[in-house]
Amino acid sequence: MLGYLIRRILAAIPVMGVVALFVFLLLRLTPGDPAAILAGDNATPEQLDRIRTSLGLNEPLYTQFFTWIGKLLHGDFGVSLISNVPVITMIGNRIEPTVAIALATIIFTVIVAVPLGVIAAWKHGTWIDRLVMALSVIGFSVPVFVIGYVLIQIFAIDLRWLPVQGYRKIASGFGPFLERIILPTLTLSFIYIALIARMTRAAMLDVLDEDYIRTARAKGIAEHGVLLRHALRNAAVPVITVIGTGFALLISGVVVTETVFNLPGIGRLTVDAVLARDYPVIQAMILLTSGIYVGVNLLIDLSYSLLDPRIRY
Amino acid sequence: MTTPLTAASAAPVVLDINDLVISIGRRADAHRIIDGVSLQVRHGETLCVVGESGSGKSVTSLTTMGLLPKKVLAPTRGTITLAGEDLLNAGDRRLRQLRATTMAMIFQEPMTALNPVVPVGRQIDEVLRTHTSLDARARRERILAMMEQVRLPDVARIFKSYPHQLSGGQRQRIMIAMALVLEPKLLIADEPTTALDVTTQKQILSLIRDLQRDHGTAVLFITHDMGVVAEIADRVVVMRKGKVVETGALDAILRAPTMDYTRNLLASVPSLIPRTARPASSEPVVLETNSLGKIYRTRSMFGEAREVAAAKDVTLTLRKGRTLGIVGESGSGKSTVARCIVRLIDPTSGEVRLAGQDISTLSRPALRPHRKRIQIVFQDPYRSLNPRVTVGETIAEGPVNYGVPHATAIKRAGELLELVDLPADAISRYPHQFSGGQRQRIAIARALALDPDVLVADEAVSALDVSVQAQVLDLLDEIQTRLGIALLFITHDLRVAAQICDEVVVMQHGRVVEQGAAGEILTNPQQAYTRQLLEAAPGRHWDFANFRPVHGFAQDATFSPGN
Repeated sequence: MLGYLIRRILAAIPVMGVVALFVFLLLRLTPGDPAAILAGDNATPEQLDRIRTSLGLNEPLYTQFFTWIGKLLHGDFGVSLISNVPVITMIGNRIEPTVAIALATIIFTVIVAVPLGVIAAWKHGTWIDRLVMALSVIGFSVPVFVIGYVLIQIFAIDLRWLPVQGYRKIASGFGPFLERIILPTLTLSFIYIALIARMTRAAMLDVLDEDYIRTARAKGIAEHGVLLRHALRNAAVPVITVIGTGFALLISGVVVTETVFNLPGIGRLTVDAVLARDYPVIQAMILLTSGIYVGVNLLIDLSYSLLDPRIRY
Repeated sequence: MTTPLTAASAAPVVLDINDLVISIGRRADAHRIIDGVSLQVRHGETLCVVGESGSGKSVTSLTTMGLLPKKVLAPTRGTITLAGEDLLNAGDRRLRQLRATTMAMIFQEPMTALNPVVPVGRQIDEVLRTHTSLDARARRERILAMMEQVRLPDVARIFKSYPHQLSGGQRQRIMIAMALVLEPKLLIADEPTTALDVTTQKQILSLIRDLQRDHGTAVLFITHDMGVVAEIADRVVVMRKGKVVETGALDAILRAPTMDYTRNLLASVPSLIPRTARPASSEPVVLETNSLGKIYRTRSMFGEAREVAAAKDVTLTLRKGRTLGIVGESGSGKSTVARCIVRLIDPTSGEVRLAGQDISTLSRPALRPHRKRIQIVFQDPYRSLNPRVTVGETIAEGPVNYGVPHATAIKRAGELLELVDLPADAISRYPHQFSGGQRQRIAIARALALDPDVLVADEAVSALDVSVQAQVLDLLDEIQTRLGIALLFITHDLRVAAQICDEVVVMQHGRVVEQGAAGEILTNPQQAYTRQLLEAAPGRHWDFANFRPVHGFAQDATFSPGN
């Protein structure tokens, strides 16, 4: 197990290296000059040149790359081309709302979607099953921003239960913080619940056909025991896999959600950086997300061995 | 001999199924899966329900347990009474209370019948937690005692083990312990030994016998295997297509079956006594292996390299027109050898000579011309044919690959279908439109399409009912006579080997234990392992086809467990 862990972590290094190189080249080779954006439309060639030199943009590409990598390894993600603030500080300032709604979404989703999927599978073919599946189709097909605006209209404007937009740090009080992440979380959860409920149902249907479920029933165990102790634990591996890979959905959904609810998160930070060609910020963000993917995948793989004793590394 | 028939017939009836009808759906004209079945099992008695696939034997037992999928299959008539209690009108809650306490069940596949993610001790514990109010310590003691009763070794360790860490036999013992821990009045055993090797089967059968004697359990034992019936039954119910064909005491059924179906069923059971040997052959050798070996190596970055010898030093010779059997239990390496010979996997040492030419190290392109000389038929005809390709195309594909014009190949496919006794219109149909036996005929026709010198049959009749099995064996025999093909026959079933093989190779743990003429090996084995295999063959004392005990066995052996 420990050997496996070390191997997986070692294997992550080249993955991250390739991601870094790819990201670096992709951004440098796309048209558009950050110096020109910084200097504005009326800048003289001399001014542009001065800006390029000060940012290192005149250096050969490989020099820029290795300089950047070297700094990364020392924890230096560079300074924003636009605001001159260190990238790490910018991310630090913006990360709390994003992490808050991402975590809240995952927890809320699992709490709602897994029972829905289990019940749908148990009541396979009945109206309950069809209702859950119909809701799941709706969850998939309605865009995140539409859900967001509908929720705002109902809960913030009509019922006035919750604030329309904005964010309060958790340090300034849990109540105000909670009030402001409820709607973003609900918004973001929709598609995720649809996905995981569907996956849980499919996995449960497979497992409920297994011989050991018949054995469990033959032992005289009550139905909830059969479903939870015997079926769900065996269905967990594919469900956990989807919860993990669903991170991709989550991250793209975060950008829209932050925009709709005017949250100062890193999703919007990334979009702003892309529009302004703020290379250091874009690179740091892509590296951060890739790092999270790699980490989440590792956690998922490790969780398999906890869930299924047949899987040993 | 602990429950003589006379005593059993006076014992109270534990399970009474009377005129049971089960239909698909509740409509009056619905198709009947079970059609008027009646049977009784008494205290301390073993009733064997025997029948081929589709006879309704499993549906009957699942109905008793209340485990049928309710919406699809519903009892529409009749009664099931367990120790005086009406089961068909009992509520779900009451049925749950009765399960494990009054009636318990063990299943065919010990590999899949246990939850893979829960330690086996806890799976037994669940029965006690559900049905008793014992504290944790008392439960554990009772479980360990039960595990000892089913003769599991090192019970404290096995208690904590997961199913995948146990052998098939050990898992079935766990199932039995789980079923009997609350001393139910009725034990339903649904093909409990079918998936096990013969030596393990023998142990499990005698275990069930002994536990029944100690606890007086009524046993409803479902099987398709007449050999097992002869070992364990007090009385027998023969079922066919949802109806009871015949009921009687074991001896009466085996000696004097009154119904044609029962007679045919018994006559289909291949005899363990080898068929009359054919004269020695001087035909050319078409296949030989020389010290053939297959070693699997697994290597990991940090772990030690592991080597498993799946086959080691296998040397055999097969002449034109002859049949060579490789027999052995699971894990003996018999299928590995077959696959190496056909080069589906690559041997790691030794030679495979096809008509004198070593093919064991040929590259894939160099091997191509030799492929048509040797063809294989697999065990499971439900999975070995592509469901989306017509039978004709399946058969023609091989020759077409070797340059035969499509029209010629299809015409030849038609002839081959005729050879394997399938109707001519089969050519444009799809595999799902055929029964298991018919599919295996298609698989044989496909293998023959390339005019091979050698046909390898890897457990080719193991998935078939005995009557169908007998037909397919006859077909193979006939094809061999007509085409002079050599057969390499892989089987775990000594009865089948006795009926079709000229020579036999006995394998264990990847090595050849004994080889020679079938008549010699199967009647006068020299090696302890071969003897053990033969002794474990269920019903070996009974000559089913001739309705009499095998000469030389004591007559009362009929009722004694194979101990």
